Amino acid sequence: MYNFDVVTPKTVADAVAALGEEDAQALGGGQTLIPTLKQRLASPSKLVSLTGIDEIKGIRTDESGTLCIGGGTTHGTIAGEGSAYPALAALAGNIGDPAVRNRGTIGGSLANNDPSACYPAAVLASGATIVTNTREIAADDYFQGMFTTALEEAEIITEVRFPVPEKAYYQKFEQPASRFSLVGVFVAKYADGVRVAVTGASNDGVFRWTEAETALSSNFSADALDGLAASADDMIADMHGSAAYRAHLIGVLTKRAVAAAG
Amino acid sequence: MAKVEMTVNGKSVSGEVEGRTLLVEFIRGKLELTGTHVGCDTSQCGACLVHVNGQAVKSCTMFAAEAEGAEVTTIEGITGKDGSLTAVQQAFQDYHGLQCGFCTPGMVMSATALLKDNPKPSEAEIREYLKGNICRCTGYHNIVKAIMAASGQDVGAIAAE
Repeated sequence: MYNFDVVTPKTVADAVAALGEEDAQALGGGQTLIPTLKQRLASPSKLVSLTGIDEIKGIRTDESGTLCIGGGTTHGTIAGEGSAYPALAALAGNIGDPAVRNRGTIGGSLANNDPSACYPAAVLASGATIVTNTREIAADDYFQGMFTTALEEAEIITEVRFPVPEKAYYQKFEQPASRFSLVGVFVAKYADGVRVAVTGASNDGVFRWTEAETALSSNFSADALDGLAASADDMIADMHGSAAYRAHLIGVLTKRAVAAAG
Repeated sequence: MAKVEMTVNGKSVSGEVEGRTLLVEFIRGKLELTGTHVGCDTSQCGACLVHVNGQAVKSCTMFAAEAEGAEVTTIEGITGKDGSLTAVQQAFQDYHGLQCGFCTPGMVMSATALLKDNPKPSEAEIREYLKGNICRCTGYHNIVKAIMAASGQDVGAIAAE
């Protein structure tokens, strides 16, 4: 690693101030960023650790029943305390391994927007709201392509607000070495319709499979997806799977997710 | 360089560290507690697993500066004052839960964290919890047996090979 300073602010305001310096970068749980720094793929002059900021940790349900999760909340905490949204808690409990889940945070994952990460699928399928120190961003506006988001410099995810669906399930086809999703599909059924979000598959990062949403909104059953096929255009192709294979997995996993959601 | 202070195995310690100093480098290099191993240095193998504020953490994927004020427990910190082994350690010995021994500190710390949260895990739960601990001798059966035994459960049902 190139060297850098590490600062450990206790409040969002102090963290934002520290991030105002040139080449400063926020450090969440570090489970992606620290390996990246070891490979010298990033060279910040200063890392602003967010793990000491208590005001962005924890889970609450607001008066409208929305599940609000602090950006600094770890996967392990969400898995253990997110029972108000079981599909989300299950997703969190299947990221990486237990020690990774004790450090990695939802805010860190969403800020990074890895094209194979699990949380972006949950956030997009839930129509969640990303709350930062300056504004609220709708999920549909937040994800802007692989490793790209609507976040500005020095903007910190303080909370993620999930409307809790009637039914939901996350079906992950795990790449066994990395434990990221080769493809993952999150299906969420709300009173006003079904949303389907796909991670791991597209060169543009997480996306909604709108044809499946239309079919499932009128008939929430795996049969409703018969004859529908996701396009292989612009799918990720690598040593783990071709574009056509990933496109095929989207259909299979969506059916499984709907069947499992009940 | 900046000063960092934390409690390691019940003792207050401090030292000057660079921003990039990993917690495991502080533990091994500054504190000379070399029971915590570095296997892969890419947060996959779990040989460096320690407890930070009671939670299992890979110490190769956390900066020493982030442990400011934390309670850290390493493999050296779990034995009794007289050197007596914990139930997990004793079971690893009784059931031959190690071959070369390199992964053992991480395995023991991981198993100790598991049994704190889940005192009677099933075999499947143990294997799931050990996802992040790799034994390159592939001695998993006896490791799982040892953890079953340490939690007071029958090990007879676990495959022998």
